[in-house]
This record gives sequence, C-alpha cells and structure tokens, in this order.
Amino acid sequence: MKLRTALMGACASAAMALPALAERGADGHVNIIYWQAPSILNPYLSSGTKDVESSSMILEGLAGFNEKGEVIPRLVDEVPTVENGGVSADLTTITWVLSEGLLWSDGTPVTSADAVFTYEYCTHPEGGCAQAARYDGIASVEAVDDRTIKITFDAPKPNPYQAFVGGTSPLLQKAQFENCLGAAAPQCTEANFGPIGTGPFRVTEFRPNDVIQMEANPNYRDPAKPAFATVTFKGGGDAAAAGRAVLETGEFDYAWNLQLAPDVIAGMLAAGKGQTVIGFGTLVERIEMNMTDPSPNLPEGERSTTAHPHPFLSDIRVRQALSMAIDRALLVEIGYGQAGRPTCNLVPAPEMFASDNTGCLTQDLEGAKALLEEAGWTVGGDGIRTKDGMRLSILYQTSTNAVRQDFQALIKQWWNEIGVEVELKNIDASVFFGGDPGSPDTFQKFYADVEMYANNFDGTDPEPYLAQYTCDKTPGPTNGWQGENINRFCDPAYDELIKELGQTGVMEERAALAKRLNDMLTKDSFVVVPLVDRGRISAHSNSLGGVVLNTWDTELWNVADWYRVK
Amino acid sequence: MLTFTLRRLLTAIPTLLVISFVIFGLLELAPGDPLADQPLTVPPEVREKMRVALGLDQPFYIRYVLWLKQFFWIEPLYTIDSLFGTSFAEGEQRIVSWQFRAPVFDVIWQRLPQTMWVVGMAYLVGVLIALPIGIVSAYRQYSWFDQVGTFVSMIGFSVPTFFTGVLMIVIFAVNLGWFPSIYDTTLRVTDWESFKRQVAQMVMPVAVLALFNASQISRFMRASMLDNLNQDYVRTARAKGMTEPVVVLTHVLRNSMIPVVTVIALGVPTIFGGAIITEQVFKVNGLGQLLITAIYANDLPMVQTLTFIFAVLIVLFNLIADILYGLLDPRIRYD
Repeated sequence: MKLRTALMGACASAAMALPALAERGADGHVNIIYWQAPSILNPYLSSGTKDVESSSMILEGLAGFNEKGEVIPRLVDEVPTVENGGVSADLTTITWVLSEGLLWSDGTPVTSADAVFTYEYCTHPEGGCAQAARYDGIASVEAVDDRTIKITFDAPKPNPYQAFVGGTSPLLQKAQFENCLGAAAPQCTEANFGPIGTGPFRVTEFRPNDVIQMEANPNYRDPAKPAFATVTFKGGGDAAAAGRAVLETGEFDYAWNLQLAPDVIAGMLAAGKGQTVIGFGTLVERIEMNMTDPSPNLPEGERSTTAHPHPFLSDIRVRQALSMAIDRALLVEIGYGQAGRPTCNLVPAPEMFASDNTGCLTQDLEGAKALLEEAGWTVGGDGIRTKDGMRLSILYQTSTNAVRQDFQALIKQWWNEIGVEVELKNIDASVFFGGDPGSPDTFQKFYADVEMYANNFDGTDPEPYLAQYTCDKTPGPTNGWQGENINRFCDPAYDELIKELGQTGVMEERAALAKRLNDMLTKDSFVVVPLVDRGRISAHSNSLGGVVLNTWDTELWNVADWYRVK
Repeated sequence: MLTFTLRRLLTAIPTLLVISFVIFGLLELAPGDPLADQPLTVPPEVREKMRVALGLDQPFYIRYVLWLKQFFWIEPLYTIDSLFGTSFAEGEQRIVSWQFRAPVFDVIWQRLPQTMWVVGMAYLVGVLIALPIGIVSAYRQYSWFDQVGTFVSMIGFSVPTFFTGVLMIVIFAVNLGWFPSIYDTTLRVTDWESFKRQVAQMVMPVAVLALFNASQISRFMRASMLDNLNQDYVRTARAKGMTEPVVVLTHVLRNSMIPVVTVIALGVPTIFGGAIITEQVFKVNGLGQLLITAIYANDLPMVQTLTFIFAVLIVLFNLIADILYGLLDPRIRYD
C-alpha cells in the first residue's frame, strides 16, 4: 500500500512536472550578461566570441557540437557520415538533408537555396567574411532539391563538419541577405542587427555594444521550446561586475566567462545565489620558444627570421631545462584555480586526440641545472650561466594581463634559480595580437626569445591547428609577418606527417597521427612549452536550470533547453 | 556682440579643421589593429580580406578626405533627408563604424538619451547643490558648515569614481539590495512603476557623479564669493542699509558668478563626452562607454567622429561662456 502510494505520487508529480516544462514561453524572462558587449549579430562579419555567441541564439548551423565535442543534428534529422552514406567513401562530398517543415522565424520555409546562398555570401571575394576558413577547400555547394544540400570538396576532406556546423557558420536567410553580398555586406545594418534565423529566439531590439532584447521564436522547430518567452542580453562592464550581478545580487541569471582570480570567485559564491560551471576545451596557455635570433643588433628584416638561428634556444637541452624548471601546478593554483589544469600538451582535447604526455608535470630544478651544465653552460660570478662569453639571458614577452604578469614573475624566479637571466616585457593585447606589420611588438614578429599567450582551435579537429607549424607558415618580412608558425619551427619530418594527416580518413589513425605531431612539438623538441589547459568558467543563478557548459560550440548552444527551476 | 559672435564662429572653422586633422593623424600613428579582437583561429588571409573590406588598404590622406566629406557633407544631407523626407544623400556612404558595420551617427543618437539622463542629471544636481554650499561656506567662513563642506568636497574631488561607484554597489546593491547594480538602458518610463525603477537605477550613478561635480564647483563658488565679500562696494551696500539677503544674493553673487559660469559652461561638453568610468561601473552604456569600447576595438571612424564632436562642443561652449560674461557684467563689451 505504502509503495503503491509512493509510486502513484511519483507518477503524479512527474506528470505534473512535464507539462509545466513542455510549454513555450512558460518560464517568463531570463537575463544574460556578457561583460564584452555584442557589436553585431552576424558572425560572418565578426568572429569575436561575444558576437558569435549572442547570434547563436538566433542563427543556427545545420549541425552543432555537444559538450563532448560530438556532432549533433540541428536542422537535419541525421548527421551524414560515411556509414550512413551521407559522406562519400572517397571523402570528397557530404550531403545534408534538411528536416521536413523547417521554418525561419518570419514563417517562410528553410530551403537548400539558403545554404547555397550562405556559402556564396561568405566566399564572396569582397565581403571580408570572418569565417571564410570554415568554407575552405569547398569546390561547390549545390541544392540538389529543396531539402538536399551537397557539398563537394577540392580534395578528400577527412573532417567534413566545418561548413554549416556550429555557431561560427550558421545558415543565413537568402531573402534577407540577398542584396548584402560582397562590398554591400556592411551596409545591410538592419539585417546584421536583426538576422532572421531558425534558433530558439528572435531579436526584438538590438543596441550595439549595449543590449539585445529577444523573444521566443514562434516558428522554432520544437513546439515546446524555448521555455523562456523573452531574453535580455546585456553587454558591457567587466568580469567582476558580471559575476557580482549573478552570484551576489541575483539581478542576472547567466554570466559568461568569469576570468577572475580564484579567491574572488569563491568570495562571490559565498553569497549563495548562484553557482559556477566549468568546461575544458582546447585553450592552452603556453610559452613559445623563438628558434631564430631576435637580437636587436641584427638589421631590420633579418631579426627573428630563419636567416639567423637562435644562439642558444636552438639547443634542445636549453629549451628542455627551461621547461623542467616550471612548476605548472603552482601556476594553476595561483592563476586559474578550478578553471585551469596543468598540461604538457598542445592539443589537450578532445580525449581521442590528447597524448598521454605528463612528463613535464613535476618541476625538476636540479635536473634542469644538470642539463644546462651538460650543454656547456657554467655559472658565472653573478649567478648567471655563460658559455663562450655568451650570457644565458632571455627576453620574455606577453600581453598585459594580471594573471600573465603573475606567471611571468614566478617563471622568472624559477629560471633565475637555474642560472638564467630573464628580462620581462608586457605589451597591450591590442598591439600584441594586432598583427600590424609596422609594429615591432606583435606576437608574430616575435622580437623576443620566448613569449607567452593562449591559443586554441575551432571545433574538434586539430588538423588545421597542428598544420600551423609547417615550415611554409613561418612569418617573415617577405609575407608581411603573416603566418602562424610563430616559433619558426621547421622539421621536414613534421611537414611529412601533416601531409599524411590530410590524407587520412580513419578516425583512429588520425588520432594517432595528431598525438605524434603534438609530441613532436612538445616533449620531443620543447619548441612549444604548454603550461595550463585553461577552462571556461561561467556562472548561473540557482534558479536557472538546464545549463551545460560547452567549449566545442558556443556557450549558449542549448539555450533552448534552459528553464526556470521552481 | 553679433559681429563678435560671427567672427568667433568663422575663426572656429580653421581651428576645427586643424583639430580634425590632428585627431586623424594621431589615431593613424597610434599602434593597434581593428582586427585585434578577432580570435587567433582566424587565418591571416582572412584577416587581410577583412582589412580590405574595411577600406584599410587606402592611403591615409584619401581616408581623411573621405571622412571630411562624409562628416561635413553626407551626414548633414542625410539629416535633412530624414527630417524632410528628401533623398539628397541616397546611395552615399555614411560614416560606418568598423565594429558594428553600422552608421556611426545612428549609434550616437541611440546612446545620447542615457548619457543625457545620467550624466546631465548628475551635472545639474551637482551645480544645484554646489552653488548654495559655496555661497554659505564663503559667507560663514570657518564655521562648522564650511569645515564639513570643505571635507566633503575634498573627498568628492580626490576619491576616484571607480572607487566610490564600486563602494556604493557593494553597500546599496549587494548588501542592502536597494538599487540595481546594472543600468537597464531599455527601460521606458510609461507609468508610475517604471518611473520608480528609472529613478532607482539612476540614484547611484547620479550620486557618484554629482558628488564629483559638486565638490569641484562648490570650491570655485566659495573662492569667488570670498574675493567679493571683502570688496568696498559690499561695505557701501551695507552702509546704504540694504538687507543682508540683498547684499549677498544680488550684489555679491552676481559678481561672483562670472568665473563660476565659465567653469560650468566649459563643463557642459564633458556631459556629452559621457563619464567613461562611471558609465562602465554602472553599465550605463552611454557615449563614454561607446568611446572607450571603440578605442579598445580600434574602431577609428567611431573614435574620430566622437572626439571631433567633443572638440566642436568645447569650441562652442567656450564661445557661449564668453557671451555669458557680457550678459553678467555690463562692463565687458566685445565690440
């Protein structure tokens, strides 16, 4: 009797809970705060995270990524693969079939013509599309019929989930953007500020760099979602203020990317109004070693070029010693707390691509000293090692940022201990990452011995990321200092393996190759010295349910599933 | 007076042209890149194409002349068009922000209301409390009122707004929960309830800025009153048997207002400049926040246009201050 009552009670409460959830707009209003304010709602014109993520509530791709990095269908019933025939056996085509009855938020049907148009929009030579890399290597995009989209690649594409997958390459509505091709793209302010999409929400008002007001999309494909009728998406201020608004005053429900000191977050959590969510992706804070000579004595145009190898960093023993002297666990504790973990890998995730490389995790000052002795560097009178009259002196640069300056100070101390002289330099981020070929202070020019920054890769496939370290991608005066091979690393064996990776379609083999490439850059050569695998930490109020932090797609990837905890 | 005003307006034109060139040149020489906030995952070829799409491949002088044409010709035409429904500026390229890819002036108009409300109100409140405090402080010099007034203005003047602002948020928003810590720019005052919400969200930013403004102006007022209170004409007025209110408020105040009016008039352009720090602290997102985010993003058309508008306002309010002198003091004549 008792059991029966309990069961019936459970059934009844489940039955009552379900309809409460299953109604669009039933949960009223939700407030989101991003401390960087969205400037535009068209991710093809700006790839800033704030712009891509805010627009991902409105615009969607054919598919997306879930929190494990797996491809999930959005506008299709099934993700095409080689097994189900959606991807051709030779890996040169992929065919997407739109779900039936899909509508744009203005009520018109979504057709394959929209996908073809989106491709034309982003690949227009005068458009300056920020996501052009997503459409790289595509020979054609065709509308086979109203619901079928066939993408043909130039060459076998082992990872075909680039175009139209994820928040960075969503579908645009042809009817809305038809007159916005190429040079006209920036002039379509109305469309760029209020795109018509298939996502769970649609824009009612957009104020650039300030606030977006949204309401539930009446034509969203799941009639029960989203649970919220309206959204306020506020931008601006700083991370501390955003954290405070969610965790301490409770004015907002969700705060993005709380880059704050661990103790500050702990203090905010003490108010008991909300909680943090943490996700780890591929963002790795690392020290990059300059394989070429940055000496200011060299004439301009020869500094930091492959013409002059680095006087001492070209010796692997010196690089290894510098890596061994670093206590990564302490760096994490001081700089990132829960939102970081020590790593020795350039590619820390997805799991299948991550090498089991843990050799660097324990600090070994004695070992580092011994290694430098072995390389012929002996301690001089002032405690700095010298060899053939050359002092082991390093210029260590990074961007201006409180955590990075803490890291610099700690690492300088460790390097001093092993007899290395260190000069620190920090440069404003907009200059450092600006890529202005006229400035001596960009990270590409690398007029320093070592430099520290963080980088990651889009999506789940590390191939383009690892391919940045091939010989031909070396920045230099001939290519206007453009190029991603910041270290000027050049190993023909590495280039060979990259080529092999580009022709390999089987996932397991790709993973094995990626691990080998990762190891070649890290533990085998110490050209890249990874420090911290940086997670994303965001916060939501206790009354906001359904939040799952995703680092493979936009953070707001499942905003349709968010609900009010009652 | 009229010829003086005209002459000053005419000399303002070359001044402003030089200012605009200097601003453009400085921005051009400053390091930084409008694409710096794009993630590193964007490949260099794509970056280069985006740069060309922004018009950055054009030489410096061409972009300057283009900006001049847009600012002095196309934008006014566009305003005429939108006022009278004409179509003079049709098809012409307006000044477009690199961040938003939208006309700069549209965003400025959108930002003006909250800046005028918050910063303007703070200025008004500041002036209204500063004048009586200055007058009483001077009239009762070294009284306890003067001492307290001096102390408060010293605090208001020397403690930065990012400190007082955050302090107020921690006390009144986090601990007491009286006011919101984040300003809602979309709030429209339609009824009593929304009016109360508007007042509640304005209290803290206005208080912080008003304290700062008031402490500055009250000091000027006090000093100027003290200069005049010991003059002979004041003794004469008293000897003629005038009442104290008449002596202080009519004779002394009018003379003391001359330097204070300059300070107040020259402070007005700063309202339009927004209060960069206070707007950031309270997320008011007005013109100040617009300027600072544009600077961070290296959005040169936006920075150039905003700073030039400020330059115009400063030149204009200098002129207004000079004209007000003549009105306040009949001895001053410009003709």
